[in-house]
Amino acid sequence: MSKPVKQEPIDWNAALKEILSGGITRTVVSVILGFAVGAFFMIISNREFLQSAGFFFADPLASIRAAGDVVSAGYGALFQGSIYNANAATFEGSIRPLTETLRLAGPLIAAGLGIGLGFRVGLFNIGGTGQLVSGLIWATFVATRIELPPVIHFVVAIVAAIAGSAVIGAFVGFLKARTGANEVITTIMLNYIIVSFFNFLLTDNALLQGETAGGYTKSDPAFETARLPYLLGESYALNIGFVLAIVAVVVYWWLMERSTIGFRLRAVGFNPSAARTAGINVEGTYILALGLSAAFVGIAAANQALSSTGGVTPTSHAGIGFDAITVALLGGSSATGVLLAGLLFGAFKAGSSAIQVVGISPDVLGIVQGAIVLFIAAPPLIRAIFRLPPPQTTSMLSALKSRLFSRGGK
Amino acid sequence: MKLELKGITKKFGTLVANDSIDLVVESGQIHSLLGENGAGKSTLMNVLYGLYHADAGQILLDDKVVQFAGPGDAMAAGIGMVHQHFMLIPVFTVAENVALGHEPTKRGGVLDLDAARALVRKISDRFGFDVDPDALVEDLPVGVQQRVEIIKSLARDAKVLVLDEPTAVLTPQETDELMEIMRGLAKSGTSIVFITHKLREVKAVADKITVIRQGRVVGEAKPTTPTTELASMMVGRDVGLTVQKKESEPGNVVLKVDALSVLDDRDHRAVDQVSFEVRAGEILAIAGVQGNGQTELAEAILGLRTIHSSEGDISISGTSIRGKSVREVLEKGVGYVPEDRKKNGLVAEFSIEENLMLNGSFTRPYTKGLGIAFATRAKLAEERVREFDVRTPSVLTPAGKLSGGNQQKVVLARELSRDVELLVVSQPTRGVDVGSIEFIHERLVEERNAGKAVLLISTELDEVLALADRIAVMYRGRIVGIVDTKTDRAKLGQMMAGVGA
Repeated sequence: MSKPVKQEPIDWNAALKEILSGGITRTVVSVILGFAVGAFFMIISNREFLQSAGFFFADPLASIRAAGDVVSAGYGALFQGSIYNANAATFEGSIRPLTETLRLAGPLIAAGLGIGLGFRVGLFNIGGTGQLVSGLIWATFVATRIELPPVIHFVVAIVAAIAGSAVIGAFVGFLKARTGANEVITTIMLNYIIVSFFNFLLTDNALLQGETAGGYTKSDPAFETARLPYLLGESYALNIGFVLAIVAVVVYWWLMERSTIGFRLRAVGFNPSAARTAGINVEGTYILALGLSAAFVGIAAANQALSSTGGVTPTSHAGIGFDAITVALLGGSSATGVLLAGLLFGAFKAGSSAIQVVGISPDVLGIVQGAIVLFIAAPPLIRAIFRLPPPQTTSMLSALKSRLFSRGGK
Repeated sequence: MKLELKGITKKFGTLVANDSIDLVVESGQIHSLLGENGAGKSTLMNVLYGLYHADAGQILLDDKVVQFAGPGDAMAAGIGMVHQHFMLIPVFTVAENVALGHEPTKRGGVLDLDAARALVRKISDRFGFDVDPDALVEDLPVGVQQRVEIIKSLARDAKVLVLDEPTAVLTPQETDELMEIMRGLAKSGTSIVFITHKLREVKAVADKITVIRQGRVVGEAKPTTPTTELASMMVGRDVGLTVQKKESEPGNVVLKVDALSVLDDRDHRAVDQVSFEVRAGEILAIAGVQGNGQTELAEAILGLRTIHSSEGDISISGTSIRGKSVREVLEKGVGYVPEDRKKNGLVAEFSIEENLMLNGSFTRPYTKGLGIAFATRAKLAEERVREFDVRTPSVLTPAGKLSGGNQQKVVLARELSRDVELLVVSQPTRGVDVGSIEFIHERLVEERNAGKAVLLISTELDEVLALADRIAVMYRGRIVGIVDTKTDRAKLGQMMAGVGA
């Protein structure tokens, strides 16, 4: 790689300012603030605290102690339920929470990448749910209606899930490119259509409803051969769905940062007129982008369809389509960002039952999630609270970044 | 009203846009503020109008210090501003536009449009504006729309009128009419600040001239000051207003446009039965006032307009390109410098490096399979930046952070480095500093000397005369005539106003 035009002297001060003003600092601060908001709600919904608050002026310490107790119990339980359980009898037991976090994070990461890809191209894909359900339909069909040899079966089912989702995304892109229909409206409407269609499929034995489902909307369990293999043996529920998510992260990174396809996607996202003038087919890019966006969501669909030992139900999408929007926002639509955000939200999901055990409503975790994204979405607010400098870039850090992230060579 | 600015300083970060500027505009005077694009004229006026808050300095009206929190205060104090881009609502009538913001009302809050009409008539008659209060603004020619803006200010009792580059959108004839209006207003006691970078106009109308360069007042002059002297004050050195170039040696026909008609976005016929040819090794300039179909012509050649919106034929070296995609046209050997580089030429968030490969993401040398050839890209970017003298700390700097001239050099570097037969260059020096203008002009002549066909679209007559081998004048979508460069300015001015050759 040749030398930059002029070697600027390193301005540490400016570099520090950039770090402080950058997305990472803001994200970390937002997460901390989100936890603070969660703590607030834990406290005000706690019976001991409310009682002691009645005689706050007589014994302020009692209130403070009650508040401290509930917050440490709550977040302690969250940690125990999502990362490491020190009270477990065996080592296997103590790391089980971590494997649960990874298991639940997998589909959030994959779907988050999908929604993030849309954001990078300036598209707001609200249709994660519909696309995921479409993937579920295809994967369930392959997993319960077709018999194939081991390995091949689940591979085909995964491909079917991805294709099933991608088709819906590409269709939305087609509507946008051809008729100018706003993708926000079309994706929301398709959510209803596809979820209802899935319901319908699950009401008839001749379609996807299971043999033993009776009157319930439920499919047969996937054939053994179609299930995603366990990653750490049968004692943990963690399966290769998480590996798929990690592969998706790497593919996403290469696609967006290293490939010419991603270059065009980003160009269209930043400035469609300039992209068009440069000979890029903007309409085609919309179709491609929404197709790819939904394809990543399809990985989450595969995970949902092929992980359970029971059958799939209309609620098997588990709200991942919407959570993915939050994950993409928190992760700034970058590969590593979405990975970390997905892990965080996976931990929330894993820890929600543990937190319930200590008497705190798991809804508090929903509040934490919402608050984090709210703070992320309002950077000036965060900057004002913490007196961070406004966003800026210095040539030094961007040069450093490019040196670290481009393989280039000589 | 006498306007005085004392020591006005305005900084944006480290950039000092105004550096303790002093300016005195006497009552009833036309005071010209002369300076290049980016010299700080508009910043100064925005400070005056309350849009920016000055870091230091005072504004005095009739020797009293005033402070404006926003344009509302400035208007109330008697300052009116006519922006380069009109602030009018196209679907409203003239009277409605003038009334907007301080609508006269009858009892019960009913809008009193008659009062507004009467006011428009009164002002229009007094200064000979000839504006019908009931006409829809969108139906009016640009020159008349500008008068509506002036009426708007006068209706609010403006005693100081700021005109920001008012002639940029006018034909020479409309410009003359505007100057008449300015003289009439000044006679009635209105003070006028006339912002421009066109020397001819300054000399024709100003009572006093203040020259601004790089945010500072570099001198004052009288209208009798020779043009060359004004020009060198403006740019800080002697400028050669002509480009050295040898006789053209036209070769084969490269671009042939045959009876081309193009519809604009509102399905109006923007280009009407236009035919011309550009040969290898010559520069054909399309002259004309902004908005006479030049934009649509360029877009049609590039394939940016759908095939349904055009008629006729466009061919390059004998092959028709009508209905071809932009990518196909570019690959056929066309380089394009769009008139609005921020909107169409660059991705502001992309680095210089990325912008240089913007239209090269399909083929080598920028690609390696499906991946980007990063090392090659970096190497080429360094070369281009050096060759085209782009002033930047690094090739990784986002293009949006560069000055206008440097942004334009990035666009040129991209287009001129491709192997093309035809260059379509729209407004190549708009908003570009004088140093870069010279460089860009020289590069364009070099390309022509190297045997490329160049189609130059420009509204700047000076630029057209300096570069062109032949001049085609466009008016209302038609080519009024194709003439040689010896044609005098008055004749070209007439043609630009639609009087045939």
